[in-house]
Amino acid sequence: MSENRTVWEVFIQSKNGLAHKHVGNVHAEDKIMALENARELYTRRNEGSCIWVVKSKDIISSESEDGEAFFDPSNDKMYRHPTFYTMPEGSKHI
Amino acid sequence: MDNELLNYTLRIADNSLILGQRMSEWCSKGPTLEEDIALSNISLDLFGQANGFYSYASQLDGNKSPDDLAFLRNEREFFNQQIVELENIDFGNTIVRNFLYDSYNFLFYSSLKNSKDDTLSALASKSLKEVKYHLRHSKNWLIRLGDGTEFSKQKVQQSLEDIWQYTHDMFSMDEIDNKMYKLNIGINNSHLKDEWDKIIDETLLEAKLVRPEDGYKAKGGKNGMHTEHLGFLLAEMQFLQRAHPNAKW
Amino acid sequence: MQNNILTMTEEKFQIRIDKEEKIEPKDWMPEGYRKHLIRQISQHAHSEIIGMQPEGNWISRAPSLRAKMILLAKVQDEAGHGLYLYSACETLGISRQELVSQLHSGKAKYSSIFNYPTLSWADMGAIGWLVDGAAIVNQVSLQRTSFGPYSRGMVKICKEESFHQRQGYEIMAQMAKGTSEQKAMAQDALNRFWWPSIMMFGPNDSDSPRTGNAMKWKIKRKTNDELRQEFIDKTVNQAEIIGLTIPDKDLKWNEQRQHYDFGEMDWDEFWNVVNGNGPCNKQRLNHHKKAHDDGQWVREAAKSYAQKQELIAN
Repeated sequence: MSENRTVWEVFIQSKNGLAHKHVGNVHAEDKIMALENARELYTRRNEGSCIWVVKSKDIISSESEDGEAFFDPSNDKMYRHPTFYTMPEGSKHI
Repeated sequence: MDNELLNYTLRIADNSLILGQRMSEWCSKGPTLEEDIALSNISLDLFGQANGFYSYASQLDGNKSPDDLAFLRNEREFFNQQIVELENIDFGNTIVRNFLYDSYNFLFYSSLKNSKDDTLSALASKSLKEVKYHLRHSKNWLIRLGDGTEFSKQKVQQSLEDIWQYTHDMFSMDEIDNKMYKLNIGINNSHLKDEWDKIIDETLLEAKLVRPEDGYKAKGGKNGMHTEHLGFLLAEMQFLQRAHPNAKW
Repeated sequence: MQNNILTMTEEKFQIRIDKEEKIEPKDWMPEGYRKHLIRQISQHAHSEIIGMQPEGNWISRAPSLRAKMILLAKVQDEAGHGLYLYSACETLGISRQELVSQLHSGKAKYSSIFNYPTLSWADMGAIGWLVDGAAIVNQVSLQRTSFGPYSRGMVKICKEESFHQRQGYEIMAQMAKGTSEQKAMAQDALNRFWWPSIMMFGPNDSDSPRTGNAMKWKIKRKTNDELRQEFIDKTVNQAEIIGLTIPDKDLKWNEQRQHYDFGEMDWDEFWNVVNGNGPCNKQRLNHHKKAHDDGQWVREAAKSYAQKQELIAN
């Protein structure tokens, strides 16, 4: 049984204005089928206004062992957050 | 006129129900799980359409409920096209049958949505959206199978040859059709033929399949003349209603 | 060692689990954890897929347009849920194809409940009410499972399944107050499906060797016996309301435990069915294999078409 089909990751935008969100995968031979299969599987209850499909193998992911190197360095850069700053007593709308 | 309108509405409802029933037979048997879901979705659309048209028919009839109409009429009282009652046989055969019918059905609803009868027009508009998708589905699959492997090509070419004889009756006009057409309630089926030919020829070209020669032309579904397949379909579908006439479900 | 960010020991993994952190596919995990997940998720997926058959058996005979649409939509959901679960399982590095071959070879199991035949329309009621009811008790607790993709799948499944049990109970209620024949069918369905349903939760905790790890890793959040008790406690009253009798003479409220006591399950039958000797084991697998085999030429054609299209595009 060497008939592995192409795996596609599916992203659904539930309504205009919102970001597309990853929901799972579908198998399909071609892109039209991938889109249609995603429609059948993930929007049976009115969940969608737009669908993206992308071949799973084309997604580049960071590795979990890189996690600390990737994400920890931003931990101590609190100056990127508005709460870091002291505002004069009584100042508003800032 | 009411009787004719009832009959006309039943024809549409019966087409949807019988094809819906055929499509539901695919459940748990699809070539892939994704496709299984797609086939069920088509079936659900068709049952929904049938329900809409039977509800209208029930209103016109004034006596029978939509379920009575679906489950308590005999073979000769069903007015669907023969093409929709044909057995599934295999996936390719189903796709060919559906493609030929979907192409017609798409044109039919596109035209019926302009009906002077508000209910038919509303039902047609709603159905049209669904049927557009059905056509897209069957057309894409026909192209994949026609232009797939040598085996799949031969298989669907054979299905085309087998089913072709059932396509002609979709464009025929009888007394009821003519009357409904004159009243701007129904449509002229024969006017759909050129557009249908165009969809078929373009798709067959893309699918690298050959349009069959016209031969025997099956007819009579809309007048209650059917293939041998319909009786079995109804026997199964109507079994519970018939076996327990006083029961509510 | 402390600076070696690439090593993550089992202890560190366990600390994450204990802190209720979710584990994602690319995270380090003990091999046993991965194996347990693959076994459990795939068994769950296969159950959804094989579970389509006993109900699919009645779609063509559903007694009303409404019943037909509901049943078909429900069985279709099961296909969808199977796919969500295969999709979650694939993130663990095993292909769906491989999972399906394990099903066909008998290496992977599915829930034994689906090896019982559906003999009347009331069975559609019993399956929705009891089988889905039991499944939902399990699935609700699995929404909190520690593996991210499994948990997300369960959340989606639970949301969609909320109608499944209700439609089953509605059928049972309707038949229980219908003609005497209908009521008899409903009671007969309850009689046949009760014991297999409560055995769906698996062997007693004392006979369930893998439960320990599964609980420690928070793959499972409640034990078989806890879930079974929860289900029985919920269901007894539902049976009373519609006037049907649960076929267990030992069933009675235990004031002290604040739970229902119930009779002993027939574990010989349970293991027999698990091991392939139930009424429909062969039928269910053969049906699945046949659909798979019948679809082979279609999948091949689609693949060949896609390859040609790619050649043209390049």
